[in-house]
Amino acid sequence: MFKTADTTQQQRHSGPITDRKHMRRYVLIMTILGALAVGLTFGVMTWDNPAETGSRPWWLIVGMRRDSLITIAVVAVCHAVATVAFQTAVNNRILTPGIMGFGSLYTVIQTTAVFLLGVGGATALVGVGPFLLQMAAMVVLATILYTWLLSGRFSNIHIMLLVGVVIGGVLGSLSNFMQRMLTPSEFDVLTARLFGNISNARADYLPYAIPIVLVVVALLWFRANTLNVIALGRTTAQNLGVAYKRELIIIMALVSLLVATATALVGPMMFLGFLAATLAYQFGDTYSHRLLFPMAVLFGYTILTASYFVLRHIWDAGGAVTVIVELIGGLVFLIVLLRKGRL
Amino acid sequence: MSITLTDVQKDYSDKVQIGPVTTEIQSGGVTALVGPNGAGKSTILTMIGRLLDIDTGTITVAGQDVVNSPSKAIAKILSVLRQENHFVTRLTVRQLVGFGRFPHSRGRLTIGDEKYISEAIDFLNLTDLENRYLDQLSGGQRQRAYVAMVLAQNTDYVLLDEPLNNLDMQHAVQMMKQLRRAADELGRTIVIVLHDINFAAHYSDKILAMKDGKVVKHGTPAEIMQNEVLTEIFNTEVNVIDGPKGPLAVYY
Ligand SMILES: Nc1ncnc2c1ncn2[C@@H]1O[C@H](COP(=O)(O)OP(=O)(O)OP(=O)(O)O)[C@@H](O)[C@H]1O
Ligand SMILES: [Mg+2]
Repeated sequence: MFKTADTTQQQRHSGPITDRKHMRRYVLIMTILGALAVGLTFGVMTWDNPAETGSRPWWLIVGMRRDSLITIAVVAVCHAVATVAFQTAVNNRILTPGIMGFGSLYTVIQTTAVFLLGVGGATALVGVGPFLLQMAAMVVLATILYTWLLSGRFSNIHIMLLVGVVIGGVLGSLSNFMQRMLTPSEFDVLTARLFGNISNARADYLPYAIPIVLVVVALLWFRANTLNVIALGRTTAQNLGVAYKRELIIIMALVSLLVATATALVGPMMFLGFLAATLAYQFGDTYSHRLLFPMAVLFGYTILTASYFVLRHIWDAGGAVTVIVELIGGLVFLIVLLRKGRL
Repeated sequence: MSITLTDVQKDYSDKVQIGPVTTEIQSGGVTALVGPNGAGKSTILTMIGRLLDIDTGTITVAGQDVVNSPSKAIAKILSVLRQENHFVTRLTVRQLVGFGRFPHSRGRLTIGDEKYISEAIDFLNLTDLENRYLDQLSGGQRQRAYVAMVLAQNTDYVLLDEPLNNLDMQHAVQMMKQLRRAADELGRTIVIVLHDINFAAHYSDKILAMKDGKVVKHGTPAEIMQNEVLTEIFNTEVNVIDGPKGPLAVYY
């Protein structure tokens, strides 16, 4: 009799994983994704290397590809983690930082830099200082934009989205206006900066980007339990004692840091994070951010490396990776939106 | 130690003003908040629960100012459930109720927490449904799951906005009996918005009647259950008769 009481007590638990089946599924998916990630990484590194295996040039090529892969990993971490955290904060699984005007913010900052400094100034703007300056500008502006949008000033999500899109549009025209006054060579410099490209990502930024990303992700990881509660919405979170407004500002600042880092590396991407997060919700089926984050990251990394592998090694169009991923992500976005039928 | 409201006011617009309200809700026992639609019951309740900013005035719960005290500390003495609830996260009943322990566990559930969770679930007869997802429940079952979450929070003060919404007769009576028990046996203070005046009269110790943003009456059920008083509050002809279990308001 005591034994039955004991076993029922054991079965009654409340964790983020509901039962053995759920656990098995989560582990299985993570294993498959992990294997795919390792396989693709290996494939990208070694496939079709023209030099003799093991020779110096061979290692050189592998090293260059390794830099691309590290960039991909950083970008995947940034977009996946940022999008999951952002969607938790806005309590909506359609909106992303990109949709809410982040890309336009980046464009306006870059355009302003070229506009004010000219070709000479802008091309001189490489290295740590300018990188950090540009990051700081993006983070500050994006944090202000997002916390303002989320301040509860807008009674519903539609108005908030509309305001976000309009702000994006206004910033876009502002950039357009400045771009018209640039000389052709200035415009060239600018276009090179605006278009995302993994093949010639700014790998020299990696030594600064990686520590930033590691610290931000660690901070979000430690806040994961609070994020789980925030996902329940404002009033429930407040009832449970979360300092809601303060937490939102912190989350938005961390999200902005991540997206700004990824954008500085490869340019704006709107839908990669959406793709990774949506797949993680679907396959993870859990409220726990500690389980969602790793899965979203693996999805993001696998998708990016797979596109990179196919486009670079098979179709010889390495520059188009971000474009193709955005195309797929945008389509998935539309499908999800149409199937849900609401925001 | 009780809930006190001093000159509490909320101005939604020039026309819609709630308050000023000055009153004291006794600790221990059940206080029912009644009144017509739009009277300001939810507004007052959510302000006590610090979910809505107060324009002027102060509210204290157990001596603590709800606006200025840390939200973390308030969450251990007061829990509040709103009229409408909706989550984007997909949760089972048990996971939802588990969140009620957050103020105490900060998300790391101990065996002790699991005990509170099981108790709250059993208390609301959700034991068989505990592993179901919320989107697989009926409206009334979901409503009970929300109340279970608030009870698992195990606070001295519990504020509930129309928790009988969607409940059938059996479950409405059960819930009121359970809330009564929580007040009598565990010494909880329960403030509850009710639309059924007969439920309010039978199960509560005090009734707080609101109309047009003001408190118009605050007293025992016997004081409120009068023809003129009820007719005045609800803008509709009410007759109080002697029922088998006390006064009964007939308004149809
Ligand atoms: N966010 C808001 N903005 C403007 N007016 C509001 C808002 N919320 C409530 N009101 C108004 O304030 C008044 C009181 O609303 P409240 O929700 O407190 O009423 P209630 O007594 O709970 O009514 P019910 O029985 O219908 O739940 C109503 O006239 C309502 O229209
Ligand atoms: Mg109400």
